[in-house]
Amino acid sequence: MAFLQKFLIRTLYAVILLAAVLVLNFSMMHLAPGDVADTISQSMGGADEEVLAQIRADYGLDQPFLVQLGRYVGNVLQFNLGYSFFYNAPVTDLILERLPATLLLVFTAQILALGIGVVLGVISARRPNGIASHFVTMLALFGYSAPVFWTGILLLIAFSLKIQWFPVAGMRDVTIVGGFFTHALDVARHLVLPVITLGSLFLALYSRLARATMMEVLGSDYVRTAKAKGLTEREVVYKHALKNSLSPVITLAGLQFSAVISGAVLVEAVFSWPGLGTLAFQSIIARDTPTILGILFFSALVVIVGNLLTDLALRLVDPRVGGKR
Amino acid sequence: MTDSPLIPTEEIPEARHPFAEAWEMFRRNHAAMVALVVLLLIILAAIIGPYLYPVDPFDMVWSPFSPPGADGFLLGTDYLGRDLLAALIHGARVSIVIGLAAAVVSVLIGVTVGALAGFYRGWVEELLMRITEFFQVLPTLLFSMVIVALFGASLPMITFAIGIVSWTAVARITRSEFLRIRELEYVTASRASGAKNGKLMFRVILPNALPPIIVQAALMVGSAILFEAGLSFLGLTDPNVVSWGQVIGSNRQYILDASFTVTIPGLAIFVTVLCISLVGDGLNDALNPKLRQR
Amino acid sequence: MEPLLKVENLRIELTTRTGVAPVIDNLSFELGAGESISFVGESGCGKSMTALGIMGLLPEKVGRIASGSINFNGEELTTATAKRLRDIRGNDISMIFQEPMTSLNPVYTVGEQIAEVIRAHQGLSRKAAWDQAIELLDAVRIPNAKGRVSDYPFQMSGGQRQRVMIAIALACEPKILIADEPTTALDVTVQAQIFDLLNDMKRQTGASIIMITHDMGAVAEMAERMIVMYAGRKAEEGPVEQTIEHPRHPYTRGLISCVPHIMSNISEERHALTEVPGIVPSLSDFGQNRCLFASRCNMVTQKCLEERPTEKPFANGQKAACWYAEEV
Repeated sequence: MAFLQKFLIRTLYAVILLAAVLVLNFSMMHLAPGDVADTISQSMGGADEEVLAQIRADYGLDQPFLVQLGRYVGNVLQFNLGYSFFYNAPVTDLILERLPATLLLVFTAQILALGIGVVLGVISARRPNGIASHFVTMLALFGYSAPVFWTGILLLIAFSLKIQWFPVAGMRDVTIVGGFFTHALDVARHLVLPVITLGSLFLALYSRLARATMMEVLGSDYVRTAKAKGLTEREVVYKHALKNSLSPVITLAGLQFSAVISGAVLVEAVFSWPGLGTLAFQSIIARDTPTILGILFFSALVVIVGNLLTDLALRLVDPRVGGKR
Repeated sequence: MTDSPLIPTEEIPEARHPFAEAWEMFRRNHAAMVALVVLLLIILAAIIGPYLYPVDPFDMVWSPFSPPGADGFLLGTDYLGRDLLAALIHGARVSIVIGLAAAVVSVLIGVTVGALAGFYRGWVEELLMRITEFFQVLPTLLFSMVIVALFGASLPMITFAIGIVSWTAVARITRSEFLRIRELEYVTASRASGAKNGKLMFRVILPNALPPIIVQAALMVGSAILFEAGLSFLGLTDPNVVSWGQVIGSNRQYILDASFTVTIPGLAIFVTVLCISLVGDGLNDALNPKLRQR
Repeated sequence: MEPLLKVENLRIELTTRTGVAPVIDNLSFELGAGESISFVGESGCGKSMTALGIMGLLPEKVGRIASGSINFNGEELTTATAKRLRDIRGNDISMIFQEPMTSLNPVYTVGEQIAEVIRAHQGLSRKAAWDQAIELLDAVRIPNAKGRVSDYPFQMSGGQRQRVMIAIALACEPKILIADEPTTALDVTVQAQIFDLLNDMKRQTGASIIMITHDMGAVAEMAERMIVMYAGRKAEEGPVEQTIEHPRHPYTRGLISCVPHIMSNISEERHALTEVPGIVPSLSDFGQNRCLFASRCNMVTQKCLEERPTEKPFANGQKAACWYAEEV
């Protein structure tokens, strides 16, 4: 019960955060030079002041700020994020069309980075001078300092151009015919390099933390107790120590969702991955404000959902989180 | 029973200025020292480079894709036949200036928010930390892309766009330091002797909270450089100045013809940021009194 | 009859920054079946190291048994394989630790932590081990054992957690129970309850107990024989009552005079409240060929500084490593 209550409060808080994003979005749109009328007139090839005023009246742009804000929020509540004059489509449709690609990239990268990071952390904590440990140190040094888009291009040069193991760009090969499995395999092949590029950045972060917490946990009193029980080394490490070292890493991963999405924007640009990042990039060049703001809103939504999922995951590994007390 | 020796065996060092001691520690860290020297060389190149090598990075001086070393161009030419070395030298200025300025902006915002939250506690803290969380929910790069796209890609706007999304870490560190330090005796003592809040915050507590903030600020310069590179890679940069990321972004379609036009500027970013983070690590070890005892 | 545990000339070395130090230096003692002995001394005297050495749990890469023998039930433990030691740990010899707050794994239920050791050593099914965990919780007097068995450690008090630790330690009916300062971290009233529990369990299971403590009150309550450790060496050994009544080592005397109420219980006269002045020598000074207590001793002579004292036996079973044992 207490957990459900806590979860509801978190959800309510998430809704408030989203509302704040909307207000921020709208304020920026309002403050920015130029408005929808300018955009429309541009797409019509220019218009005089009278026509502009007419458009402004039609779209309610002459109304007070708060009225406009209210209408904007009302529209969003009906899943209406505005209309893109550049793509000639509702922003919501545009975004929902690209969202799955980004989610696939972001969650695959996160889950792999987390999983491999923890394993690397455990191995290198047990052998602080071993190969795995040095690898973690090097990866961290590289991951913090190399621009992610550059890493992506290097991988592209190496594995798509020099040795042609993986496709150069996009998410699927349109020439491929076959069933679901064939297509899934095709997407997976396209996914490899983007995921490695994005994931290695966070792999560095997670494995370093996993190593540090694991070393601390291995020296803890309850690990000594587990040894004193006569458990095998494997039980001591993978049952008693591992579960305890998970929660800090999961917490960190939860905090990284917004950074992962930022990284995804660049990775998508490098690999022409047809997701929100590419859409953002294109709509920024086209000065398509409603689409840009819609993407910002949706990515905040992804971050918030990611955080809620993190809470649930933490609950699974640590009974002290939100349990009966 | 593995307690450390019970009799102090080391002689107690004489008291010195804390910065002298920190420098002593820093100097013993070889990686950090090498990184510092390389970093100073890069900064020097950014300052005097354009005078020593007076080639306009926008001039088309030769045929495109001349490889490094051939035809008298040390790093070759890009897809428009522009001198890559000139681009790197001029780009260094942009990277370093924006990196420093954005770090200053985010440290100013972060320290102010964190100090107020940690000092006043209560609803002030609650409100400010909620705002901090709000900024953590917005994907940083997308948010600054939006700012630059809506308000124009001038260097000051780019600096602001990076600073406004990067301050949350500083705010958290400052707040936790303030929460810790405000309970210490000497703060209570100055409070009892009638020091005003402003003086307590900025003259008494802040100086003692500085070490971790300095380390974070150093790392921040690195991440701001990466950030700027990302933005300019996407084309969100002042079209009238050259920057490293922008060179990569504009050349990346031609990696089949000349991969060096992408790898070399990337290497410049990598080395610069690597040096900054090594220096940051060195600072961390030197300024962190807990580690110093080990 | 052969003793259950026989430790001979045990030397345990610890690698520190300053070099290798013998934290246990030439220690010999015996423990009979069903007997309780107590190791006494200040922190840093090697009491816990003895326990960890017997358990084969010396800190990896830092501590090692350099020489000597630990013979358990006719079996040499210093040369036993890792697998054999695992079979013995938690089964034949088990241990409870000083910090009940941190000695239990926070992310598993107490039931699982008890059942686990039963499954590991007795090959019981999950269900049977779980049922036995409930019985054990009941035996260590945790009220509503059936309800509490699925609790996590953070839902229990310090005293309850130490009871759970005792349940884990006794789950496989060990022949030896090592208790390393089991009550130090607990309230005084809870301490008494834990001692009662340990005494009862000992009576029921017939286990031998090695009790490590720096609390002379606990010694008087729990043990038949006591061993006083100083700087990794045995200073004195003897039956508890007689040793407390007439210590044969200046260090023992100092320790006892720190605890006035013990004195008044056992003998009529009351010494002035004193404490042992000075501190335990640094690890780097361990192992020197002299009396390590000399720097704190008021009976010190030149001889104490030149040669390590040999052990002097007395008729009543007391033994003291002091050149002037008769005069103490």
